[in-house]
Amino acid sequence: MQGVSKWFGPLNVLDKIDLDVPEHNVVCLIGASGSGKSTLLRCINRLERIEEGEIVVDGQDITDPKLDVNVLRRKVGIVFQAYNLFPHMTVLQNVTLAPRKAGGFTRNGAEGQARALLRRIGLEAKADEYPDRLSGGQQQRVAIVRALAMGPKVMLLDEITSALDPQLVSEVLALVRELAESGMTMILATHEMGFAREVADRVCFLDAGRILEEGPPAQIFTEPREQRTREFLARVLEAEKLA
Amino acid sequence: MHALHQVYRTFFYPHSFRLALPDVWAGFQVNIKMMVIAEALVLVLALALAIVRGLPGPAARPLRALAIVYTDFFRGTPLILVAFIVGFGVPGLQLGYISNQHVIVYGIASLTLVYTAYVTEVYRAGIESVHPSQRAAARSLGLTYAQTMRYVVVPQAVRRVIPPLLNDFVGLQKDTAIISVIGVAEATQLAQQFSTQNNDFPSLVCAAVFFILLTIPLARFTDHLVAERERRERAQAF
Repeated sequence: MQGVSKWFGPLNVLDKIDLDVPEHNVVCLIGASGSGKSTLLRCINRLERIEEGEIVVDGQDITDPKLDVNVLRRKVGIVFQAYNLFPHMTVLQNVTLAPRKAGGFTRNGAEGQARALLRRIGLEAKADEYPDRLSGGQQQRVAIVRALAMGPKVMLLDEITSALDPQLVSEVLALVRELAESGMTMILATHEMGFAREVADRVCFLDAGRILEEGPPAQIFTEPREQRTREFLARVLEAEKLA
Repeated sequence: MHALHQVYRTFFYPHSFRLALPDVWAGFQVNIKMMVIAEALVLVLALALAIVRGLPGPAARPLRALAIVYTDFFRGTPLILVAFIVGFGVPGLQLGYISNQHVIVYGIASLTLVYTAYVTEVYRAGIESVHPSQRAAARSLGLTYAQTMRYVVVPQAVRRVIPPLLNDFVGLQKDTAIISVIGVAEATQLAQQFSTQNNDFPSLVCAAVFFILLTIPLARFTDHLVAERERRERAQAF
């Protein structure tokens, strides 16, 4: 990703971002709300368009106007803060919809795969339930599995634990950790500093649409170079202590 | 007492009621026929129009504009005028097949034209009420725009608009009576003929009773759906 910029009207939400995520790496984006983390992720999936720069995923320039976005999106899974499961479908239907309609799976093939994935996260018994019967943590895990069902090369996780009750966070993080261990390439926007420190190969601190500082977690969290990073981390740690 | 008896004689006299019943019932079957066919057509056409109105991009602008003109025009024109124009105007065009239909067909066409405009707006409200994050989630999985509408947005939208939609259908049922103005022998017209011939009104009351009997179940069903939804939403809030 090179020189990526994006404006919402006059607001420069992404300002010449350079970021390189090697395969099997986990990169965490940290920073205050509004710093551009979510927008950056949405750009990689082409849910948002960029005005300047270049984003290459798996050797393919995604800003190419001739690109079939639906093919790109099958390679790039994204999971949102608010889960966004389809409320009128069962868990199984949520997970199998895209593989069947866009992934070339037969119904049986998609369901077999979905049940295997649900078994892996211990929710096979909930396959025929509707999302409103599940806890937030369970819904978010289903949302992750729904994205995984398309066999993506990269997973983008956009503050996926922010809407969860604290006691439900760990079950979701456990799944993400497992994905990281299996070698999935991931970019996470997160407020969970402890988790970022544990799973990330690299941490980027975003501030006002720019990557102000990036490095291995040990360095970012213990000896940040930038004043803004220090202030941000201090505030977050303070808040965590109060919680 | 005398006045009450007059009312009874004029509107509810059982003998007249019985005499009028077969005619009115025969006419009412025409109302039911028009209603069922028009409602089926409206359900499909209005959804198509609502989807057209929501199409993204500059390429679809003429289509969107056309859909807007259509809804503005037919929501603004009284049904009785549409019925006159279609029922008397189209046969006058002498366009072969189109101009040689049974008058009931023109009645159904008028109802469909007008109510499609109303129901399009109902569907559109439903489609817009589906949160954008649902579309984002569907598109992010690689589903196309059409697939997203077909499997994610429209099913949720339709579920939400069933009560207001049924409410419009209650209106449509009653408005089948207006089609009598172009000479469809439906319940209102037959009842009125009977009333003029016999100089009393039980035939009209009889027609009214039929309409009410048809409407009440639909109205109660709508109430039930609304109550059901409120109960569900309240349950979710906790």
